[in-house]
Amino acid sequence: MDLIRVKNVEKRYKNGVTAIYDLNLAIEKGSFVFVIGGSGSGKSTFIKLLYREEKPTKGQVIVGGLDVAKLKNKKVYKLRRKLGIVFQDYRLLPKLTVYENVAFALECIGEKKDIIRIKVLKALEDVGLKNKVHEYPDHLSGGEQQRVAIARAIVNDPKLLLCDEPTGNLDPDMSMEVMKVLEDINKTRGTTIIMATHDKEIVNKMKKQVITLKDGHLVKFKQKGTYAE
Amino acid sequence: MKPIRMLGRSIRDAVKSVIRNFSLSLASISCITITLIIVAIAIVASFNVQNFTKAIEKDMTIVVFIDNEATEEDVEEVENKIKKISNVESYTYQTKKEVKEQMQQESEVFKTVLDTWSDEESPLKDTFQVKVKNVEKIKSTALKIESIDKVSVVRYGEGMVDKMVKAFSSIEKITYIVVIALVLVTVFLIVNTIKLTISARSREIGIMRLVGASNITIKLPFIIEGMILGLFGSIVPVIFTTYGYLAFYKHFDGYLYSRLIELILPEPFIYQASLIVIVIGILVGMIGSASAVRKYLKI
Repeated sequence: MDLIRVKNVEKRYKNGVTAIYDLNLAIEKGSFVFVIGGSGSGKSTFIKLLYREEKPTKGQVIVGGLDVAKLKNKKVYKLRRKLGIVFQDYRLLPKLTVYENVAFALECIGEKKDIIRIKVLKALEDVGLKNKVHEYPDHLSGGEQQRVAIARAIVNDPKLLLCDEPTGNLDPDMSMEVMKVLEDINKTRGTTIIMATHDKEIVNKMKKQVITLKDGHLVKFKQKGTYAE
Repeated sequence: MKPIRMLGRSIRDAVKSVIRNFSLSLASISCITITLIIVAIAIVASFNVQNFTKAIEKDMTIVVFIDNEATEEDVEEVENKIKKISNVESYTYQTKKEVKEQMQQESEVFKTVLDTWSDEESPLKDTFQVKVKNVEKIKSTALKIESIDKVSVVRYGEGMVDKMVKAFSSIEKITYIVVIALVLVTVFLIVNTIKLTISARSREIGIMRLVGASNITIKLPFIIEGMILGLFGSIVPVIFTTYGYLAFYKHFDGYLYSRLIELILPEPFIYQASLIVIVIGILVGMIGSASAVRKYLKI
């Protein structure tokens, strides 16, 4: 079954730049997909369309049965609760501990305290940071910080995890550490993962589905693909 | 349960934020305090003015004297015409005989003097006593009545009372303008306080949006923060109103200048006035923060 369906999508920004031209694709539930391409290829815009940070100028974006393009601003939170998002810059709150950072996501949606505790500890265990719950983000390595961000993204059991260059700030070892965590989540939780990256090594090693974008056009959508120029 | 939990969280965040931006919060609170003290004075003054204006209005009467040669039909016609004037609230009719009896009851001197005339010779006249709806228009009403046929003289409480009512009503208007101006300044200050809070928490707000916090969840803490500022700002004005009015009332013994101007009893008036001050404080805080949220929290 398809979790995401993108039909005839075009995205033109207000400044006249067109980031995506006539994009058509479908992503199956439970898959792990890389979105690759050079800068300006439309990777980030594609991810942004999926979590309704941007609206398509034309076409349909359906995520988990929800027509994202038609979603009113007021109702965006309904979509966001169904997915997790991870960024290159982690976006953690420095004044909160690891535990509090992850719990924050559940507090915001009004979850009960005891349920928060159970879910947060489970998420932190899944990313291998159960021993760092009381640390502050500044005391962690980049890889660990990104894993906290991943824990926050998956704590509400989303069907879909979007990652926009999650390894962009990390050295190869830490990158692999993060990728291992993502692969585990994909396997054990069945979470669909879409990850925009330009890290060749990771894409070639992981042998996952690959969507290649170039200047806003879909060039290739390959099962078990590699990063080919 | 969930709304209560979210409300609790919002209140906690709001209190934290008031403490975190203490100096700016204090500036807003001080501004609200000053505004509300003036608002409180305006409320106390305007309620008292209303109170004694009403008392005066109750007493203000136009006395209409009818010509001696008027027949019963003429009197009836005068009555019909008075009835038709829009500002007339009510009227009573007294024949000269009734007037004579009333005057004789009022004083011994009148009694002996009036007794010297027979009913036919009496210098008194039949009268209408007219009460008006709006005292400010009493003069024009009196003039209208005077122009009616068979009406000889019209008297109303010209002079002092008239001028006093006018003076107080213009004082009231000036107070309203000052209060409105001050409220606007206060709202502006609160907008800025909340704007600072919003920018200090922009990262947090961004994350809240990403993880699916609803708009109301994001907005509520800021609106509550404004309400807290308003509430704190009303503490001093409430104390000022309560004790200030009590002292004022005691000092003047319940009357201002003359027996004509009676002050409102302190209880329950001070409680009502305090409540109004608190409500205005909270409302001003809420309006300020709501407009800041709308302007600076791009949702």
